[in-house]
Amino acid sequence: MLRDITLGQYYPGESWIHRLDPRVKIIAALVYVAALFIVDNLIGFAIALAALAAVIIISKVPLSFILKGLKLIFLIIIFTVIMNLFMIKGGDVLVEIGPLSIEEKGLYTAFFMAARLILLIIGSSMLTLTTKPISLTDGIEALLSPFSKIGVPAHELAMMMTIALRFIPTLLEETDKIMKAQQARGADFESGNLISRAKSLIPILIPLFIGAFRIAHDLAMAMEARCYRGGQHRSRMNAMKLSGRDAAASVMLAVFLAAVIVIRIVL
Amino acid sequence: MSIQVNNLTHIYSPGLPHESVALDDVTFSAEDGEFIGIIGHTGSGKSTLVQHLNGLLKPTSGSIIVSGTDITGPGVVMREIRKKIGLVFQYPEYQLFEETVEKDVAFGPRNLGLSEEEIEERVREAIGLVGLDYEAVRERSPFDLSGGQKRRVAIAGVIAMKPEVLILDEPTAGLDPKAHRDVLEMIEKIHAHEENIIILVSHNMNDIARLADKVLVMDRGKLAMQGTPEEVFAEEERLEAIGLALPQPAQLMKMAREKGLAFEGSFLTLDAVEEALYNYLKKDQI
Ligand SMILES: Nc1ncnc2c1ncn2[C@@H]1O[C@H](COP(=O)(O)OP(=O)(O)O)[C@@H](O)[C@H]1O
Ligand SMILES: [Mg+2]
Repeated sequence: MLRDITLGQYYPGESWIHRLDPRVKIIAALVYVAALFIVDNLIGFAIALAALAAVIIISKVPLSFILKGLKLIFLIIIFTVIMNLFMIKGGDVLVEIGPLSIEEKGLYTAFFMAARLILLIIGSSMLTLTTKPISLTDGIEALLSPFSKIGVPAHELAMMMTIALRFIPTLLEETDKIMKAQQARGADFESGNLISRAKSLIPILIPLFIGAFRIAHDLAMAMEARCYRGGQHRSRMNAMKLSGRDAAASVMLAVFLAAVIVIRIVL
Repeated sequence: MSIQVNNLTHIYSPGLPHESVALDDVTFSAEDGEFIGIIGHTGSGKSTLVQHLNGLLKPTSGSIIVSGTDITGPGVVMREIRKKIGLVFQYPEYQLFEETVEKDVAFGPRNLGLSEEEIEERVREAIGLVGLDYEAVRERSPFDLSGGQKRRVAIAGVIAMKPEVLILDEPTAGLDPKAHRDVLEMIEKIHAHEENIIILVSHNMNDIARLADKVLVMDRGKLAMQGTPEEVFAEEERLEAIGLALPQPAQLMKMAREKGLAFEGSFLTLDAVEEALYNYLKKDQI
Protein backbone atom coordinates (compact mmCIF):
# COMPACT_ATOMS: atom_id res chain seq x y z
CA MET A 1 0.00 0.00 0.00
CA LEU A 2 1.04 3.55 -0.70
CA ARG A 3 0.39 4.43 2.93
CA ASP A 4 3.12 2.08 4.12
CA ILE A 5 5.83 4.20 2.53
CA THR A 6 7.49 5.88 5.47
CA LEU A 7 8.70 9.18 4.14
CA GLY A 8 11.02 11.24 6.27
CA GLN A 9 11.73 7.89 7.95
CA TYR A 10 11.08 9.10 11.46
CA TYR A 11 11.29 6.29 14.01
CA PRO A 12 9.16 7.32 17.00
CA GLY A 13 10.96 7.06 20.31
CA GLU A 14 11.80 8.74 23.58
CA SER A 15 15.53 8.11 23.70
CA TRP A 16 18.19 10.56 24.79
CA ILE A 17 19.00 11.21 21.13
CA HIS A 18 15.34 11.73 20.22
CA ARG A 19 15.00 14.38 22.91
CA LEU A 20 18.05 16.40 21.86
CA ASP A 21 17.37 19.84 20.47
CA PRO A 22 16.97 19.63 16.67
CA ARG A 23 19.52 22.42 16.19
CA VAL A 24 22.14 20.41 18.03
CA LYS A 25 21.33 17.33 15.99
CA ILE A 26 21.50 19.18 12.68
CA ILE A 27 24.88 20.68 13.57
CA ALA A 28 26.11 17.30 14.81
CA ALA A 29 25.11 15.68 11.52
CA LEU A 30 26.92 18.39 9.55
CA VAL A 31 30.03 18.07 11.72
CA TYR A 32 29.94 14.29 11.35
CA VAL A 33 29.76 14.53 7.57
CA ALA A 34 32.65 17.02 7.55
CA ALA A 35 34.65 14.74 9.87
CA LEU A 36 34.26 11.87 7.44
CA PHE A 37 36.12 13.92 4.87
CA ILE A 38 38.87 14.83 7.32
CA VAL A 39 39.46 11.19 8.22
CA ASP A 40 42.05 9.49 6.02
CA ASN A 41 43.22 6.40 7.88
CA LEU A 42 41.93 3.28 9.59
CA ILE A 43 42.06 4.63 13.16
CA GLY A 44 40.06 7.67 12.11
CA PHE A 45 37.43 5.46 10.53
CA ALA A 46 37.32 3.29 13.62
CA ILE A 47 36.55 6.37 15.72
CA ALA A 48 33.85 7.52 13.29
CA LEU A 49 32.34 4.05 13.27
CA ALA A 50 32.39 3.85 17.08
CA ALA A 51 30.70 7.26 17.34
CA LEU A 52 27.96 6.19 14.95
CA ALA A 53 27.49 2.86 16.74
CA ALA A 54 27.12 4.71 20.05
CA VAL A 55 24.47 7.01 18.58
CA ILE A 56 22.54 4.05 17.12
CA ILE A 57 22.62 2.15 20.40
CA ILE A 58 21.52 5.13 22.49
CA SER A 59 18.73 5.99 20.01
CA LYS A 60 17.25 2.47 20.29
CA VAL A 61 16.40 2.51 16.58
CA PRO A 62 16.69 -1.14 15.43
CA LEU A 63 19.59 -1.66 13.03
CA SER A 64 17.32 -3.67 10.71
CA PHE A 65 14.99 -0.66 10.40
CA ILE A 66 17.91 1.62 9.49
CA LEU A 67 19.28 -0.77 6.89
CA LYS A 68 15.88 -1.59 5.35
CA GLY A 69 15.50 1.92 4.02
CA LEU A 70 18.98 1.94 2.47
CA LYS A 71 18.90 -1.19 0.32
CA LEU A 72 18.95 0.62 -3.01
CA ILE A 73 21.73 2.96 -1.92
CA PHE A 74 23.88 0.00 -0.87
CA LEU A 75 23.47 -1.47 -4.34
CA ILE A 76 24.85 1.75 -5.81
CA ILE A 77 27.76 1.71 -3.35
CA ILE A 78 28.64 -1.89 -4.23
CA PHE A 79 28.64 -0.93 -7.90
CA THR A 80 31.00 2.03 -7.35
CA VAL A 81 33.28 -0.09 -5.17
CA ILE A 82 33.64 -2.66 -7.94
CA MET A 83 34.34 0.05 -10.49
CA ASN A 84 37.01 1.60 -8.26
CA LEU A 85 38.61 -1.75 -7.52
CA PHE A 86 39.31 -2.46 -11.13
CA MET A 87 39.75 1.01 -12.57
CA ILE A 88 42.21 2.69 -10.23
CA LYS A 89 45.78 1.62 -10.86
CA GLY A 90 48.94 2.07 -8.85
CA GLY A 91 51.07 0.11 -6.37
CA ASP A 92 51.50 -3.67 -6.34
CA VAL A 93 49.25 -5.88 -8.40
CA LEU A 94 47.22 -7.94 -5.94
CA VAL A 95 44.94 -10.06 -8.11
CA GLU A 96 44.85 -10.69 -11.83
CA ILE A 97 41.79 -12.07 -13.60
CA GLY A 98 42.35 -12.18 -17.32
CA PRO A 99 42.61 -8.61 -18.61
CA LEU A 100 41.39 -7.21 -15.26
CA SER A 101 43.57 -6.57 -12.27
CA ILE A 102 43.18 -5.20 -8.78
CA GLU A 103 46.04 -3.05 -7.63
CA GLU A 104 46.92 -1.76 -4.19
CA LYS A 105 45.78 1.81 -4.75
CA GLY A 106 42.45 0.65 -6.16
CA LEU A 107 41.80 -1.46 -3.09
CA TYR A 108 42.55 1.44 -0.73
CA THR A 109 40.43 3.90 -2.63
CA ALA A 110 37.52 1.48 -2.93
CA PHE A 111 37.64 0.62 0.76
CA PHE A 112 37.85 4.18 2.01
CA MET A 113 35.20 5.38 -0.35
CA ALA A 114 32.77 2.63 0.64
CA ALA A 115 33.41 3.21 4.34
CA ARG A 116 33.00 6.95 3.94
CA LEU A 117 29.75 6.64 1.96
CA ILE A 118 28.18 4.08 4.27
CA LEU A 119 28.99 6.09 7.39
CA LEU A 120 27.80 9.25 5.68
CA ILE A 121 24.46 7.80 4.68
CA ILE A 122 23.73 6.06 7.95
CA GLY A 123 25.01 9.05 9.94
CA SER A 124 22.77 11.52 8.15
CA SER A 125 19.78 9.20 8.25
CA MET A 126 20.15 9.04 12.04
CA LEU A 127 19.16 12.70 11.99
CA THR A 128 15.85 12.09 10.22
CA LEU A 129 15.22 8.82 12.06
CA THR A 130 15.36 10.49 15.47
CA THR A 131 13.89 13.92 14.67
CA LYS A 132 10.25 14.60 13.81
CA PRO A 133 10.02 16.31 10.41
CA ILE A 134 8.38 19.30 12.05
CA SER A 135 11.16 19.73 14.63
CA LEU A 136 13.65 19.34 11.83
CA THR A 137 12.20 22.26 9.89
CA ASP A 138 11.97 24.29 13.10
CA GLY A 139 15.65 23.57 13.67
CA ILE A 140 16.56 24.56 10.13
CA GLU A 141 14.61 27.78 10.49
CA ALA A 142 16.36 28.63 13.74
CA LEU A 143 19.79 27.90 12.27
CA LEU A 144 19.08 29.92 9.13
CA SER A 145 17.51 32.90 10.88
CA PRO A 146 20.82 34.75 11.47
CA PHE A 147 21.17 34.81 7.69
CA SER A 148 17.77 36.44 7.18
CA LYS A 149 19.57 39.80 7.58
CA ILE A 150 21.37 39.11 4.32
CA GLY A 151 18.13 38.18 2.60
CA VAL A 152 17.78 34.44 3.25
CA PRO A 153 14.03 33.84 3.70
CA ALA A 154 14.55 31.45 6.63
CA HIS A 155 10.98 31.39 7.87
CA GLU A 156 9.48 31.01 4.40
CA LEU A 157 11.83 28.15 3.51
CA ALA A 158 11.00 26.35 6.73
CA MET A 159 7.27 26.92 6.27
CA MET A 160 7.44 25.54 2.73
CA MET A 161 9.24 22.45 3.94
CA THR A 162 6.77 21.97 6.79
CA ILE A 163 3.78 22.23 4.47
CA ALA A 164 5.32 19.90 1.91
CA LEU A 165 6.09 17.30 4.58
CA ARG A 166 2.64 17.67 6.08
CA PHE A 167 0.87 17.06 2.76
CA ILE A 168 2.87 14.12 1.45
CA PRO A 169 0.69 11.57 3.29
CA THR A 170 -2.47 13.46 2.31
CA LEU A 171 -1.54 13.37 -1.36
CA LEU A 172 -0.57 9.70 -1.18
CA GLU A 173 -3.96 8.95 0.34
CA GLU A 174 -5.65 11.00 -2.36
CA THR A 175 -3.73 9.13 -5.07
CA ASP A 176 -4.78 5.83 -3.58
CA LYS A 177 -8.43 6.89 -3.55
CA ILE A 178 -8.40 8.20 -7.11
CA MET A 179 -6.66 5.08 -8.41
CA LYS A 180 -9.28 2.88 -6.76
CA ALA A 181 -12.12 5.00 -8.08
CA GLN A 182 -10.84 4.80 -11.65
CA GLN A 183 -10.23 1.07 -11.28
CA ALA A 184 -13.86 0.78 -10.21
CA ARG A 185 -14.68 2.34 -13.57
CA GLY A 186 -12.69 -0.36 -15.32
CA ALA A 187 -9.36 1.49 -15.66
CA ASP A 188 -6.37 -0.78 -16.03
CA PHE A 189 -2.92 0.50 -15.01
CA GLU A 190 -0.96 -2.68 -15.32
CA SER A 191 -1.31 -4.14 -18.80
CA GLY A 192 -0.60 -2.76 -22.25
CA ASN A 193 2.49 -1.20 -23.82
CA LEU A 194 4.35 1.83 -22.55
CA ILE A 195 2.21 4.35 -24.43
CA SER A 196 -1.10 2.94 -23.29
CA ARG A 197 0.20 2.71 -19.75
CA ALA A 198 1.35 6.32 -19.81
CA LYS A 199 -2.08 7.28 -21.14
CA SER A 200 -3.77 5.38 -18.36
CA LEU A 201 -2.12 7.77 -15.90
CA ILE A 202 -4.15 10.72 -17.17
CA PRO A 203 -7.30 9.76 -15.24
CA ILE A 204 -5.17 9.73 -12.08
CA LEU A 205 -2.98 12.76 -12.64
CA ILE A 206 -5.66 15.26 -13.61
CA PRO A 207 -7.85 14.70 -10.54
CA LEU A 208 -4.71 14.59 -8.40
CA PHE A 209 -3.48 17.98 -9.65
CA ILE A 210 -6.91 19.51 -9.30
CA GLY A 211 -7.08 18.10 -5.78
CA ALA A 212 -3.63 19.45 -4.92
CA PHE A 213 -4.60 22.93 -6.11
CA ARG A 214 -7.83 22.73 -4.16
CA ILE A 215 -5.97 21.74 -0.99
CA ALA A 216 -3.37 24.49 -1.55
CA HIS A 217 -6.08 27.06 -2.11
CA ASP A 218 -8.03 26.01 0.99
CA LEU A 219 -4.86 26.07 3.07
CA ALA A 220 -3.92 29.53 1.81
CA MET A 221 -7.40 30.80 2.66
CA ALA A 222 -7.27 29.25 6.12
CA MET A 223 -3.85 30.82 6.80
CA GLU A 224 -5.02 34.17 5.47
CA ALA A 225 -8.17 34.00 7.60
CA ARG A 226 -5.96 33.61 10.67
CA CYS A 227 -3.88 36.61 9.64
CA TYR A 228 -0.72 34.68 8.77
CA ARG A 229 1.95 37.22 7.87
CA GLY A 230 5.13 35.22 7.63
CA GLY A 231 7.83 35.07 10.23
CA GLN A 232 7.80 38.51 11.84
CA HIS A 233 6.83 38.76 15.50
CA ARG A 234 5.61 35.20 15.65
CA SER A 235 6.10 33.37 18.90
CA ARG A 236 6.25 29.58 19.04
CA MET A 237 4.05 27.09 20.76
CA ASN A 238 7.02 24.82 21.42
CA ALA A 239 9.93 27.16 21.99
CA MET A 240 13.24 25.40 21.54
CA LYS A 241 15.31 25.51 24.70
CA LEU A 242 18.80 24.11 25.08
CA SER A 243 19.17 21.84 28.09
CA GLY A 244 21.99 20.11 29.94
CA ARG A 245 21.53 17.21 27.57
CA ASP A 246 22.29 19.45 24.61
CA ALA A 247 25.36 20.88 26.33
CA ALA A 248 26.65 17.35 27.01
CA ALA A 249 26.05 16.36 23.38
CA SER A 250 27.88 19.46 22.17
CA VAL A 251 30.90 18.68 24.33
CA MET A 252 31.01 15.10 23.03
CA LEU A 253 30.74 16.40 19.50
CA ALA A 254 33.66 18.77 20.06
CA VAL A 255 35.77 15.93 21.53
CA PHE A 256 34.96 13.75 18.53
CA LEU A 257 35.91 16.48 16.06
CA ALA A 258 39.12 17.24 17.91
CA ALA A 259 40.07 13.54 17.96
CA VAL A 260 39.52 13.23 14.25
CA ILE A 261 41.61 16.32 13.48
CA VAL A 262 44.43 15.27 15.81
CA ILE A 263 44.60 11.82 14.26
CA ARG A 264 44.71 13.28 10.80
CA ILE A 265 47.62 15.57 11.73
CA VAL A 266 49.58 13.15 13.88
CA LEU A 267 49.31 9.97 11.83
CA MET B 1 -27.26 -12.22 -9.03
CA SER B 2 -26.32 -12.62 -5.39
CA ILE B 3 -23.45 -11.67 -3.13
CA GLN B 4 -22.45 -13.78 -0.17
CA VAL B 5 -19.85 -12.35 2.22
CA ASN B 6 -18.38 -14.86 4.67
CA ASN B 7 -16.27 -14.06 7.76
CA LEU B 8 -14.64 -11.09 6.07
CA THR B 9 -11.70 -9.63 8.01
CA HIS B 10 -9.46 -6.82 6.85
CA ILE B 11 -6.34 -5.52 8.57
CA TYR B 12 -4.64 -2.40 7.21
CA SER B 13 -0.81 -2.35 7.34
CA PRO B 14 -0.49 -5.72 9.09
CA GLY B 15 2.69 -6.05 11.13
CA LEU B 16 3.45 -2.33 11.16
CA PRO B 17 3.15 -0.07 14.20
CA HIS B 18 0.02 1.58 12.73
CA GLU B 19 -1.77 -1.71 12.04
CA SER B 20 -5.57 -1.41 12.31
CA VAL B 21 -8.36 -3.98 12.15
CA ALA B 22 -10.93 -2.31 9.91
CA LEU B 23 -13.23 -5.31 9.41
CA ASP B 24 -13.69 -8.14 11.85
CA ASP B 25 -15.57 -11.29 10.85
CA VAL B 26 -18.35 -9.75 8.77
CA THR B 27 -20.95 -12.10 7.27
CA PHE B 28 -24.03 -11.13 5.24
CA SER B 29 -25.69 -11.68 1.89
CA ALA B 30 -27.47 -9.64 -0.77
CA GLU B 31 -30.08 -11.13 -3.07
CA ASP B 32 -31.40 -10.08 -6.45
CA GLY B 33 -33.26 -6.78 -6.45
CA GLU B 34 -32.53 -6.07 -2.81
CA PHE B 35 -31.89 -2.59 -1.46
CA ILE B 36 -29.32 -2.77 1.32
CA GLY B 37 -28.51 0.08 3.67
CA ILE B 38 -25.24 0.23 5.61
CA ILE B 39 -25.05 2.56 8.58
CA GLY B 40 -22.38 3.17 11.17
CA HIS B 41 -20.07 5.74 12.68
CA THR B 42 -17.20 7.34 10.80
CA GLY B 43 -14.35 4.86 10.89
CA SER B 44 -16.59 1.87 11.56
CA GLY B 45 -15.40 0.16 8.37
CA LYS B 46 -18.21 0.90 5.90
CA SER B 47 -15.97 2.11 3.10
CA THR B 48 -13.50 -0.70 3.68
CA LEU B 49 -16.36 -3.20 3.45
CA VAL B 50 -17.77 -1.93 0.16
CA GLN B 51 -14.33 -1.72 -1.46
CA HIS B 52 -14.02 -5.47 -0.98
CA LEU B 53 -17.20 -6.17 -2.88
CA ASN B 54 -15.69 -5.30 -6.25
CA GLY B 55 -12.20 -6.52 -5.52
CA LEU B 56 -10.47 -3.17 -4.89
CA LEU B 57 -9.29 -4.46 -1.53
CA LYS B 58 -8.23 -8.00 -0.79
CA PRO B 59 -9.46 -9.44 2.50
CA THR B 60 -7.01 -10.57 5.14
CA SER B 61 -9.29 -13.57 5.55
CA GLY B 62 -12.80 -14.61 4.53
CA SER B 63 -14.50 -14.92 1.17
CA ILE B 64 -16.85 -13.03 -1.11
CA ILE B 65 -18.98 -15.16 -3.44
CA VAL B 66 -20.54 -13.29 -6.37
CA SER B 67 -23.03 -15.46 -8.27
CA GLY B 68 -21.16 -18.62 -7.34
CA THR B 69 -17.56 -17.37 -7.92
CA ASP B 70 -15.23 -16.53 -5.08
CA ILE B 71 -13.77 -13.19 -6.16
CA THR B 72 -11.01 -13.37 -3.55
CA GLY B 73 -9.64 -16.52 -5.15
CA PRO B 74 -6.80 -16.68 -7.67
CA GLY B 75 -7.36 -16.29 -11.41
CA VAL B 76 -10.39 -14.03 -11.13
CA VAL B 77 -10.71 -11.51 -13.98
CA MET B 78 -11.21 -8.23 -12.17
CA ARG B 79 -12.71 -6.56 -15.22
CA GLU B 80 -15.59 -9.05 -15.16
CA ILE B 81 -16.22 -8.33 -11.47
CA ARG B 82 -16.12 -4.56 -11.94
CA LYS B 83 -18.51 -4.84 -14.88
CA LYS B 84 -21.06 -6.51 -12.63
CA ILE B 85 -20.45 -4.49 -9.47
CA GLY B 86 -20.29 -0.72 -9.76
CA LEU B 87 -18.92 1.36 -6.90
CA VAL B 88 -19.50 5.09 -6.51
CA PHE B 89 -16.91 6.41 -4.07
CA GLN B 90 -17.44 9.06 -1.45
CA TYR B 91 -17.09 12.50 -3.10
CA PRO B 92 -17.02 10.94 -6.57
CA GLU B 93 -16.83 14.35 -8.24
CA TYR B 94 -13.12 14.42 -7.35
CA GLN B 95 -12.48 11.71 -9.94
CA LEU B 96 -13.78 13.65 -12.94
CA PHE B 97 -11.01 14.28 -15.43
CA GLU B 98 -12.27 14.56 -19.02
CA GLU B 99 -12.83 17.68 -21.07
CA THR B 100 -16.53 17.08 -21.52
CA VAL B 101 -19.26 15.45 -19.49
CA GLU B 102 -19.97 13.03 -22.32
CA LYS B 103 -16.37 11.81 -22.49
CA ASP B 104 -16.14 11.43 -18.75
CA VAL B 105 -19.28 9.34 -18.49
CA ALA B 106 -18.04 7.27 -21.44
CA PHE B 107 -14.79 6.36 -19.62
CA GLY B 108 -16.26 3.32 -17.85
CA PRO B 109 -18.21 1.87 -20.79
CA ARG B 110 -15.15 2.40 -23.03
CA ASN B 111 -13.00 0.43 -20.59
CA LEU B 112 -15.51 -2.40 -20.94
CA GLY B 113 -14.66 -2.52 -24.62
CA LEU B 114 -18.16 -1.73 -25.93
CA SER B 115 -18.91 -0.48 -29.45
CA GLU B 116 -19.15 3.28 -30.09
CA GLU B 117 -22.93 3.14 -30.67
CA GLU B 118 -23.44 1.17 -27.48
CA ILE B 119 -21.27 3.62 -25.56
CA GLU B 120 -23.19 6.63 -26.85
CA GLU B 121 -26.50 4.97 -26.08
CA ARG B 122 -25.45 4.16 -22.53
CA VAL B 123 -24.01 7.62 -21.89
CA ARG B 124 -27.25 9.22 -23.06
CA GLU B 125 -29.31 6.91 -20.88
CA ALA B 126 -27.11 7.34 -17.80
CA ILE B 127 -27.05 11.13 -18.03
CA GLY B 128 -30.86 11.05 -18.34
CA LEU B 129 -31.21 8.72 -15.36
CA VAL B 130 -29.25 11.04 -13.07
CA GLY B 131 -31.64 13.82 -14.03
CA LEU B 132 -29.44 15.93 -16.29
CA ASP B 133 -30.32 17.18 -19.76
CA TYR B 134 -28.09 15.22 -22.14
CA GLU B 135 -28.07 17.78 -24.96
CA ALA B 136 -27.42 20.66 -22.56
CA VAL B 137 -24.50 19.16 -20.64
CA ARG B 138 -22.78 16.74 -23.03
CA GLU B 139 -20.30 19.29 -24.42
CA ARG B 140 -19.73 21.15 -21.16
CA SER B 141 -16.65 20.75 -19.01
CA PRO B 142 -17.50 18.76 -15.89
CA PHE B 143 -15.46 21.28 -13.88
CA ASP B 144 -17.86 24.11 -14.77
CA LEU B 145 -20.88 22.39 -13.22
CA SER B 146 -22.30 22.97 -9.74
CA GLY B 147 -21.38 20.63 -6.89
CA GLY B 148 -24.61 18.65 -7.11
CA GLN B 149 -24.39 18.38 -10.89
CA LYS B 150 -20.76 17.21 -10.73
CA ARG B 151 -21.81 14.49 -8.36
CA ARG B 152 -24.56 13.37 -10.71
CA VAL B 153 -22.13 13.22 -13.62
CA ALA B 154 -19.79 11.11 -11.53
CA ILE B 155 -22.61 8.75 -10.58
CA ALA B 156 -23.67 8.57 -14.23
CA GLY B 157 -20.14 7.43 -15.04
CA VAL B 158 -20.72 4.31 -12.97
CA ILE B 159 -24.35 3.74 -13.97
CA ALA B 160 -23.33 3.80 -17.63
CA MET B 161 -21.49 0.55 -16.98
CA LYS B 162 -24.91 -0.99 -16.16
CA PRO B 163 -23.73 -2.84 -13.07
CA GLU B 164 -25.96 -5.55 -11.64
CA VAL B 165 -24.97 -4.31 -8.20
CA LEU B 166 -24.66 -0.58 -7.60
CA ILE B 167 -22.83 0.45 -4.44
CA LEU B 168 -22.92 4.08 -3.34
CA ASP B 169 -20.63 5.22 -0.53
CA GLU B 170 -22.28 8.20 1.18
CA PRO B 171 -23.57 9.68 -2.06
CA THR B 172 -25.24 12.62 -0.32
CA ALA B 173 -22.32 13.70 1.87
CA GLY B 174 -21.78 17.44 1.73
CA LEU B 175 -24.82 18.22 -0.42
CA ASP B 176 -27.47 20.83 0.40
CA PRO B 177 -30.96 19.55 1.31
CA LYS B 178 -32.35 19.88 -2.19
CA ALA B 179 -29.42 18.17 -3.89
CA HIS B 180 -29.64 15.51 -1.17
CA ARG B 181 -33.29 14.84 -2.01
CA ASP B 182 -32.57 14.82 -5.74
CA VAL B 183 -29.75 12.29 -5.42
CA LEU B 184 -31.92 9.96 -3.34
CA GLU B 185 -34.81 10.22 -5.78
CA MET B 186 -32.35 9.44 -8.53
CA ILE B 187 -31.17 6.32 -6.68
CA GLU B 188 -34.75 5.14 -6.28
CA LYS B 189 -35.35 5.73 -9.97
CA ILE B 190 -32.24 3.79 -10.95
CA HIS B 191 -33.24 0.93 -8.67
CA ALA B 192 -36.69 0.76 -10.27
CA HIS B 193 -35.31 1.12 -13.79
CA GLU B 194 -32.38 -1.27 -13.64
CA GLU B 195 -33.81 -3.70 -11.07
CA ASN B 196 -30.32 -4.09 -9.69
CA ILE B 197 -29.06 -4.63 -6.17
CA ILE B 198 -28.37 -1.31 -4.47
CA ILE B 199 -26.03 -1.04 -1.53
CA LEU B 200 -26.28 2.40 0.03
CA VAL B 201 -23.84 3.57 2.68
CA SER B 202 -25.30 6.48 4.58
CA HIS B 203 -25.24 8.50 7.76
CA ASN B 204 -28.85 9.46 7.34
CA MET B 205 -31.18 7.14 9.27
CA ASN B 206 -34.28 8.66 7.64
CA ASP B 207 -33.11 7.69 4.15
CA ILE B 208 -32.09 4.19 5.17
CA ALA B 209 -35.34 3.56 7.08
CA ARG B 210 -37.39 4.66 4.10
CA LEU B 211 -35.51 2.92 1.30
CA ALA B 212 -33.72 -0.19 2.52
CA ASP B 213 -35.07 -3.74 2.52
CA LYS B 214 -32.23 -4.78 4.78
CA VAL B 215 -30.04 -2.73 7.11
CA LEU B 216 -26.48 -3.56 8.17
CA VAL B 217 -25.14 -1.73 11.22
CA MET B 218 -21.36 -1.47 11.45
CA ASP B 219 -19.58 -0.75 14.73
CA ARG B 220 -15.78 -0.63 15.04
CA GLY B 221 -15.26 -3.11 12.22
CA LYS B 222 -17.91 -5.56 13.38
CA LEU B 223 -21.33 -6.14 11.89
CA ALA B 224 -23.27 -5.21 15.03
CA MET B 225 -26.81 -5.77 13.75
CA GLN B 226 -28.59 -6.77 10.58
CA GLY B 227 -32.24 -7.14 9.63
CA THR B 228 -35.19 -5.27 8.18
CA PRO B 229 -35.44 -1.59 9.09
CA GLU B 230 -38.32 -2.49 11.45
CA GLU B 231 -36.14 -5.01 13.28
CA VAL B 232 -33.06 -2.82 13.47
CA PHE B 233 -34.78 0.40 14.49
CA ALA B 234 -36.81 -1.45 17.13
CA GLU B 235 -33.58 -1.88 19.11
CA GLU B 236 -33.19 1.71 20.05
CA GLU B 237 -30.97 1.12 23.06
CA ARG B 238 -28.42 -0.91 21.13
CA LEU B 239 -28.32 1.71 18.41
CA GLU B 240 -27.81 4.41 20.99
CA ALA B 241 -24.96 2.45 22.58
CA ILE B 242 -23.29 2.38 19.16
CA GLY B 243 -23.87 6.11 18.87
CA LEU B 244 -26.60 6.03 16.25
CA ALA B 245 -30.05 7.59 16.51
CA LEU B 246 -33.50 6.54 15.39
CA PRO B 247 -34.98 7.98 12.21
CA GLN B 248 -36.75 11.27 12.94
CA PRO B 249 -40.31 9.93 12.46
CA ALA B 250 -39.61 7.17 14.97
CA GLN B 251 -38.11 9.71 17.38
CA LEU B 252 -41.22 11.84 17.15
CA MET B 253 -43.54 8.93 17.90
CA LYS B 254 -41.34 7.80 20.75
CA MET B 255 -41.69 11.24 22.32
CA ALA B 256 -45.46 11.01 21.86
CA ARG B 257 -45.47 7.61 23.55
CA GLU B 258 -43.46 8.98 26.45
CA LYS B 259 -46.21 11.60 26.90
CA GLY B 260 -48.66 8.73 27.34
CA LEU B 261 -50.14 8.51 23.85
CA ALA B 262 -50.65 4.90 22.73
CA PHE B 263 -48.93 4.55 19.36
CA GLU B 264 -47.84 1.08 18.33
CA GLY B 265 -45.43 0.24 15.52
CA SER B 266 -42.04 1.29 14.18
CA PHE B 267 -42.90 4.49 12.20
CA LEU B 268 -40.05 4.54 9.73
CA THR B 269 -41.51 7.12 7.39
CA LEU B 270 -43.34 10.42 7.68
CA ASP B 271 -46.28 8.85 5.85
CA ALA B 272 -46.70 6.25 8.59
CA VAL B 273 -46.61 9.00 11.23
CA GLU B 274 -49.12 11.08 9.32
CA GLU B 275 -51.52 8.16 9.05
CA ALA B 276 -51.24 7.30 12.76
CA LEU B 277 -51.79 10.92 13.82
CA TYR B 278 -54.73 11.23 11.45
CA ASN B 279 -56.38 8.12 12.88
CA TYR B 280 -55.69 9.29 16.42
CA LEU B 281 -57.21 12.72 15.86
CA LYS B 282 -60.20 11.24 14.04
CA LYS B 283 -60.91 8.94 17.00
CA ASP B 284 -60.74 11.95 19.29
CA GLN B 285 -63.40 13.74 17.31
CA ILE B 286 -65.97 11.04 17.69
N1 LIG C 1 -6.02 3.10 3.40
C1 LIG C 1 -6.06 2.90 4.73
N2 LIG C 1 -4.94 2.56 5.42
C2 LIG C 1 -4.98 2.35 6.76
N3 LIG C 1 -6.08 2.43 7.51
C3 LIG C 1 -7.23 2.77 6.90
C4 LIG C 1 -7.29 3.02 5.49
N4 LIG C 1 -8.57 3.34 5.17
C5 LIG C 1 -9.27 3.28 6.32
N5 LIG C 1 -8.47 2.94 7.36
C6 LIG C 1 -8.90 2.75 8.77
O1 LIG C 1 -9.87 1.72 8.82
C7 LIG C 1 -10.96 2.06 9.64
C8 LIG C 1 -12.26 2.00 8.88
O2 LIG C 1 -12.29 3.05 7.94
P1 LIG C 1 -13.43 3.22 6.85
O3 LIG C 1 -13.68 1.92 6.20
O4 LIG C 1 -13.03 4.35 5.96
O5 LIG C 1 -14.67 3.64 7.75
P2 LIG C 1 -16.01 4.42 7.36
O6 LIG C 1 -16.17 4.39 5.89
O7 LIG C 1 -17.07 3.67 8.11
O8 LIG C 1 -15.86 5.82 7.88
C9 LIG C 1 -10.63 3.42 10.23
O9 LIG C 1 -10.10 3.23 11.50
C10 LIG C 1 -9.61 3.99 9.29
O10 LIG C 1 -8.71 4.83 9.98
MG1 LIG D 1 -16.34 6.02 4.53
